[in-house]
Parts: sequence; structure tokens; C-alpha cells
Amino acid sequence: MSEAVQFVHEQLTVKKELPKFKAGDNVTVNYKIVEGGKERIQSFRGDVVKIQGNGATASFTVRKISDGIGVERLFPFFSPNIDSIVLNKAGKVRRAKLYYLRERSGKSARIKEKRF
Amino acid sequence: MKGIIGKKIGMTSIFAADGKQTAVTIIEAGPNVVTQVKTKDSDGYGALQLAFSDKKEKHSTQAEINHFAKAQTSPKKFVKEFRNYSIEKTLGETITVDIFSEGEKVEVIGTTKGKGFQGVVKRHGFSGVGAQSHGQHDRQRAPGSIGNSSDASRVFKGMRMAGRMGGDRVKMKGLKVVKIFPEKNYILISGSVPGHNGSIVLIQK
Repeated sequence: MSEAVQFVHEQLTVKKELPKFKAGDNVTVNYKIVEGGKERIQSFRGDVVKIQGNGATASFTVRKISDGIGVERLFPFFSPNIDSIVLNKAGKVRRAKLYYLRERSGKSARIKEKRF
Repeated sequence: MKGIIGKKIGMTSIFAADGKQTAVTIIEAGPNVVTQVKTKDSDGYGALQLAFSDKKEKHSTQAEINHFAKAQTSPKKFVKEFRNYSIEKTLGETITVDIFSEGEKVEVIGTTKGKGFQGVVKRHGFSGVGAQSHGQHDRQRAPGSIGNSSDASRVFKGMRMAGRMGGDRVKMKGLKVVKIFPEKNYILISGSVPGHNGSIVLIQK
């Protein structure tokens, strides 16, 4: 990344304290939504499928099964709409992008928890 | 008309307070030096000649060195003329990004990335044949017929065919100035601008 891009990133984005997480971890993302002029916080809980990009454009994708249907949502790390992120479980996975979860369902789509 | 010569640095994105993400291009614009003032009396038209980016004296001709010496500045790599400049400037003065303000609509001129020799599908948006069926096996991106046989029996001028693509001078209109950093000479423009990173662009209004 060029120096200028980094400079602009530092000037224009607000630093936030977010927990460190990886692909395979189970997180809850609390994000703000505006509904009829009022702001409220909605949470999205699921497994992190991937983390992509760097700098101001970095984002991550969270996948959950909602009423038997897989739902994926992409969040930019530096979005001002992200209120907080809670790390629920660290997952034990062997790759950085968990696209294989999309073809699986039920028991085989589970991710083993990492025990220390 | 007001304008400035700059160098495209790269792209990133910024967030508005409501969470809206905007793609922006960072351009290092200026400082430019006024190296010649043309007036209606002396040259037949009014214009400002601006110069950008230093170069070494040993890489310059004597004519260049003398021309830039008149404006009391070192030789520059890029020289461009802007007609009917709306801001009053004299020889040797500098122009910086402050001439633009945030939220202003500007035009950006640049040279697009060269794509080399390209076929009609990429160059002119032809749809090609499509499926590899009905006897097609190696003509999926071919242009098809380019004319008739007996009547005309020639190919009309301007027929769109394969050829060199890119490397054209392009002007993008109606781009918004998102942010200015005068201390670093950076200007952030919404969306993309023509050319590769490091290429020279003109920002004007």
C-alpha cells in the first residue's frame, strides 16, 4: 500500500477497538440501523467465512443459518455503523477462506471449537 | 477555467458519518508554477502555462533551462497550458490544490491504460457467437460479416474491427471533490479517473 493511501486512511477513518478474530471464529456483530429516523442496534451472529483486503477497504463476511437458509453478510471493518463485535468462539479450521461451508449443511457444516 | 496538473496515486475508500462508503482516487496535485502568461495582446489568446514535477538540470536542454529561469524555478517535467484562467496569476507564482474546494464538481483529463491489440468483443462490446454449437468450434469471439457482396462490394469506412485499444486521452466530467489535504497537496476525487497509478492527470473546472 502506498504511503499516500495510508496517510488518507489514517486521516479519515476512526480507530475502533475491535477484538481480533480469524476465519472460522463465531462472532456477534452489533451494528446500527436507522429505521424511520430512529437508530437502533441489531446483532448478527455467525461464523466468519473470510477476511479480505487491507487498510480502509478491509472487510469480513459472516455466515449464519437462518430458518434453514444460509445467510451471509459482509461488514467493512471501518464502517461507522459497526457498534461492537463480540468473539463467542474460536474455531479450529485449516484454511483462510471457508467457502466449503456453502456446500454443506447440518452436522457437516459445524466448525470444531479451538481449545487451549 | 481553473486547473492544476497532478499525479494519480491510487484508490481507496472513505466512510461518511452515516456509514456510506465512497470509492475515491487520491491525486497529488501541484504545486504548479506559472511559467508563462499569455495575453490577447501578446499571443492572440489568454492562457496560463503551468509546470509540474522537478527534473534535473542535466536532463534538460538549454532552451528549457532558460525558459524556466524566466519564472525563477528549476526545470520541470510536465508543462501544460490552461486557456482563459479565471484566477489572476503572474509569472513565477505557484498554484496549489486550494484553488478547489470540497464538494466542487470538476473534470479530470488523463490517458487511459493501454490494452494492446484487442478483438471486437472487448474493444466494441460485440456479443460474439455465444455457445460452441451449431457448427461453431473456434469462432466464438469473431465479428461476423463486415459487409455485403455485390451491392457495395466494399467495406464501409469506420467499420468497427479489432485493433489497438486504450491509451486515449479521456475527459471525465462531473466528478466530485471529496476532500483536500493542502499540507500534502492531496486531492480526493470520487470514483475513478483515467490512467494507471503514477500517470499525469489534469484537474480543471
